[in-house]
Amino acid sequence: MAVAFEKIVHEESKSDTSPEALSPLRKPLIEGDKSYGEVTEDICSLLDRKPGVGWWTAFLSAFVVMCAGIIATAHTVNTGIGTWGLNKTVGWAFDITNFVFWIGIGHAGTFISAILFLFNQKWRTSVNRSAEAMTLFAVMCAGIFPVIHMGRPWLFYWILPYPNQRGSLWVNFRSPLVWDFFAISTYFTISAVFWYLGLIPDLATARDRTVSKFRRAVYKVMSLGWNGSNHTWSRYETVYMVLAALATPLVLSVHSIVSFDFATSVIPGWHSTIFPPYFVAGAVFSGFAMVMTLMIAVRKLMRLENYITVQHLENMCKVTLLTGSIVSIAYLTEIFIGFYSGNPNESFVIINRVMGPYAWAFWTMVTCNAIVPQLFWSKRIRTSIPAIFVLSILVNVGMWFERFVIIVTSLHRDFLPSSWASYMPTLTEVTIMFGSFGMFFTFFLLFLRLFPVISMNEIKGVLHYARR
Amino acid sequence: MLAVKASANVRYLAIYFKREDDLKAAAIEARESGFEIHDAFTPFAVHGLDKAVGLKRSKLTWIAFIAGAVGLTFGLGLQVWTSAYDWPLNVGGKPFNSFPLFIPVTFELMVLFSGLIAIGVLLINNRLWLFSKKQTFDRVTDDRFVLVLKQADAAFDARRAFKIVNKHGAIRVIEGDQFV
Repeated sequence: MAVAFEKIVHEESKSDTSPEALSPLRKPLIEGDKSYGEVTEDICSLLDRKPGVGWWTAFLSAFVVMCAGIIATAHTVNTGIGTWGLNKTVGWAFDITNFVFWIGIGHAGTFISAILFLFNQKWRTSVNRSAEAMTLFAVMCAGIFPVIHMGRPWLFYWILPYPNQRGSLWVNFRSPLVWDFFAISTYFTISAVFWYLGLIPDLATARDRTVSKFRRAVYKVMSLGWNGSNHTWSRYETVYMVLAALATPLVLSVHSIVSFDFATSVIPGWHSTIFPPYFVAGAVFSGFAMVMTLMIAVRKLMRLENYITVQHLENMCKVTLLTGSIVSIAYLTEIFIGFYSGNPNESFVIINRVMGPYAWAFWTMVTCNAIVPQLFWSKRIRTSIPAIFVLSILVNVGMWFERFVIIVTSLHRDFLPSSWASYMPTLTEVTIMFGSFGMFFTFFLLFLRLFPVISMNEIKGVLHYARR
Repeated sequence: MLAVKASANVRYLAIYFKREDDLKAAAIEARESGFEIHDAFTPFAVHGLDKAVGLKRSKLTWIAFIAGAVGLTFGLGLQVWTSAYDWPLNVGGKPFNSFPLFIPVTFELMVLFSGLIAIGVLLINNRLWLFSKKQTFDRVTDDRFVLVLKQADAAFDARRAFKIVNKHGAIRVIEGDQFV
């Protein structure tokens, strides 16, 4: 390459244009009257700064919990599923509960990045990057459970349709478990490329700004030579739109397919046509609660109050309120159908859920998912950070119990009273569950340190949102 | 930083702006005055800039559509062939060629093919790859907007170009042989 030829032929200093008036109709999305340069500075300086005590404490705690989970998982794989509290009647419990829960957590990320993008909701720009990262890590956590619950996880590839030596035996494409494999691997892949595509321009910004040679080399490779050309931007926007349009039905399909694992069976309490929409609403509900929990921690930990504002949290509260209400209606519908169908098995399952041995789990679920989110009708609660933090955690607890209730209460009283059984998780199962949380938070905390946590290029695009 | 190919006879003017609206307005006026716009460089996607610089709509949506159709055909074909022809397996008396039950996998493969191929084409088309040696204009990934005009022939009137871009708040103009 020839020597760079640069000749300044003309330069004129021009003072910044006077600040524009704020529109009376819209509130700014980003507080603090930031300029483009300040946005870059604020977000990129987080990457250069050494992590503080808060981050180290959180990271080490999460890491220790993850290691405990790894040990418990190794114990399970080494010994067998007998280390869990499952029995012949309750064959699915903590494993599938965690699987469905984690898949659901991921859904808010895709909802924010794809559905809100298509609906032109510009407030998504402050939270989409971390919500998408959350999706990836949640799907990773989810993926562990179906694999280890197979009992012989080293044969997990048997679920893949590939030409093999066992006759020409193919997988059974009519099984929802095979659909699960396709849905989740597609979901993970599309979420990952969507996230990475969004990161490329910001990695280029980090590359051009960082002083560390090592970091620059890493960002240079990862930013794929991005130079902000309009030709590239134009195609990039097109692909981003295409991916959003693909991810929107995808996110709905994934949890619908997960619900088919139950709905296509003939177990009373599972065999229900309401499951697909009910699961999707619940997934978005729990996902948004998790996004709120994380965002409140992130804005505090990384001093991003100007970017993740109370207005963002309030919007998310409204989504939680809506999806929480859908979930409540689904509960009522289930109870109604239990009696209206005239099927004695169905009504027995409902009575057993409400008053049986696992009634405490059912009522925890109802309290956390149907009653707690209704508090978000109050603007005072919607705009109070401590209140949102507590309520969002309660919602997550409730949604975990929802999956537990669906799975365990439907199974533990089956068609034959002689085979009725109870279920208690063992320490191994509980440790694996907490281990998955440890893994999730470990990965999320690493993400906060290594990548621009807020989508700088999208934020710059909405800086003038409230100006005229 | 500008990358230069010395062999080129064509010369370029790179004009820096502080605001995206200035860039857009300058691009529109420059184009209307008969200047050829090579490209524009911005820190974020500026809406309406495609039209201002005279860029045609991308064909990537069609590519994604075709890729989706291929994925759909492949997904359905794979299932019909494996389940109904290659090794028909009787599971609970369900029909071998059970079309409705093939929809979920078909849909997922359609999405997968469409998304991955669209991204692949984007990366190839724009030469975005791991060891790319593309260079960037100073501060363009941060807070500067650059319009690059092509001086294709001797008739290029630099003074007139300056006049236009100055009117729209240009803060710096640099000249080079070839911008990459």
